[in-house]
Amino acid sequence: MGERDEEDRPFETTQGRDGGAGGGALTDLTRLHVHEMARLLRTGEVSSRALAEAHLAAAGRQNHALNAWLVIDRKSALAQADAADRRLAESRRPGGSGVAALHPLCGVPVGLKDLVSVKGGQATAGSKILKGYVAPFDSTVTARLRQAGAVILGKTNMDEFAMGSSTEHSAYGPTANPWDLTRVPGGSSGGSAAAVAAFHVPVSIGTDTGGSIRQPASLCGIVGLKPTYGRVSRYGIVAFASSLDQIGPLARDARDAAILLHAVSGRDDRDATSAPVPVPDELLDLPASDDEAASYLKGRRLALPREYFVDGMEPGVAARVREAVAAMEAAGAIIEEVSLPHTDYGLATYYIIAPAEASSNLARYDGVVYGFADRSSGDYIADYLCTRGTGFGPEVKRRIMLGTYALSAGYYDAYYLKAQKVRTLIKADFDAVWAAGFDAICAPTSPTVAFPMGARVEDPVAMYLSDACTLPVNMAGLPGISIPAGLSDGLPVGLQLVGAPWRELGMLRLARAYEAITARATWRDLEPAELHLTDDPTTPSPLERQARRTQGAPATGSGDQP
Amino acid sequence: MANLSRADVEHVAHLARLGLGEAELARLEGQLNHILDQYTILTTLDTEHIPPTAQTIALANILRDDVVQPSLAVDDALANAPERSGDHFVVPAILGGDGGA
Repeated sequence: MGERDEEDRPFETTQGRDGGAGGGALTDLTRLHVHEMARLLRTGEVSSRALAEAHLAAAGRQNHALNAWLVIDRKSALAQADAADRRLAESRRPGGSGVAALHPLCGVPVGLKDLVSVKGGQATAGSKILKGYVAPFDSTVTARLRQAGAVILGKTNMDEFAMGSSTEHSAYGPTANPWDLTRVPGGSSGGSAAAVAAFHVPVSIGTDTGGSIRQPASLCGIVGLKPTYGRVSRYGIVAFASSLDQIGPLARDARDAAILLHAVSGRDDRDATSAPVPVPDELLDLPASDDEAASYLKGRRLALPREYFVDGMEPGVAARVREAVAAMEAAGAIIEEVSLPHTDYGLATYYIIAPAEASSNLARYDGVVYGFADRSSGDYIADYLCTRGTGFGPEVKRRIMLGTYALSAGYYDAYYLKAQKVRTLIKADFDAVWAAGFDAICAPTSPTVAFPMGARVEDPVAMYLSDACTLPVNMAGLPGISIPAGLSDGLPVGLQLVGAPWRELGMLRLARAYEAITARATWRDLEPAELHLTDDPTTPSPLERQARRTQGAPATGSGDQP
Repeated sequence: MANLSRADVEHVAHLARLGLGEAELARLEGQLNHILDQYTILTTLDTEHIPPTAQTIALANILRDDVVQPSLAVDDALANAPERSGDHFVVPAILGGDGGA
């Protein structure tokens, strides 16, 4: 969205097609960025309640066609907004703490992926096995957002247990991509990505085990950051693969992603894998001026890994990424080709390690202390089989099977131990790049733009390839960010920047610099091409589209109910 | 590497405590073998002298003082229980009903 003299004319932001959300003349609050909202909230020009109302209205009106949200909690959101308004008023009062003491998220609407625990609310993780489960405590991320004063609007759709790259593996129906409602938004944080792209919230929380923040951000044309493993506490987040999972922000620009990252990061006694690494306050001060932001590129050494530009990549994706790299070079960055020689082994390695960890983590869903339980048989083994066989969807069962096999007697060395050794080699590839003095690696986020719903859901290996460019980053535990880099055939392409451990601030400054040097690009002004269709109540829901598509098609097995 | 037979698939499903129907087992046999085929690329790498990586950050033995801290109230912990009796979860019997075993 670039620089638009925002400091002087805050309300003159881009309007949606056909009048945009709510037909709101010059004051469409849903188009504001977090950094704009923060300023207006502090001066009192806009209230948190007004922001919440505007975003709730957009989400409520358009969710039928998008299915980005599993829950929109209007009552709770308005109560949180009123509380934020009181905090803001209190801080403005003479003798008050002063607005500068408030976090910029105070009063700002956010969405949470539905595997984040919010006390008293659902956390389905997109699964039937957690239907009806009520979280008895707040996750640390939730607690930190509350502390900052953020306003949680609801919970977003996702692939079941975060296993998937399209959000089609949700037990609650797929999510549509606002750029083309017949296509997937990516996954597994597809609901969080679609909600941000559709202006239902300026920022949302996702999780990324093999690309689940970056890939949907790429496919929806927004920013998505996977922090360094250990940067954000995972306490209260439904676990998938514990050595890979990391929580992070989705946003419409780098500054907003940085603000949300700042709010949720840092050591937490309740998660022993959260690292005691300081969280830089500079995350709140990414440059507003394009000139200042762009100057960060001068002399930066950026690595272009040749293994990421090979077969299977759409020419349009490769072209946008190369153009983005060329633009950064023109702005003063130094580009050098490098090799990450074990890239080709990433997919196999990941699809042993992640399912192995998942099969162990998901053993807890046994119908004994919480979640769906089938106790009809009277025999405890049979009860487990029924509970888990009925409660889990097909992709989750597939991964539990893979992981159980890879860990089983006689196969552990050949699969799991082997994969852990290859993981060492993959990490060493990245370490060599940092040792050579590079500031970042530039690569595509996804080999393709958003693909049609149904295109990969029956072919697990094709689906898994969606994350070929992102999952090595998880195995090395590194921070990675996907930022919009233009369109191919009218659909968004993401540029991925990967950094050394704990260098999120540097990645975000690079991302902000890229935004600055492309601020005048025509594609920056475009809103998702089919967003206007979601205002029409006759537009079919993603579930209706799915049903129409599979009508007459042969049954795909007893486990495939959506 | 390996090739999973139908019996192998049934065995793994039992280990994983997944009750699967005939159609699911048949589908999984094909899909799992297709995925296992992708793993064969790993056999081309010599990793004999490479140490395994289990996690990526240099943290070890994160301990805290052994003091009681606030935790979930019993009622909160039991709120999602499929079956509850007083302050306890009702769990399926895993020993024989005759009190033996």
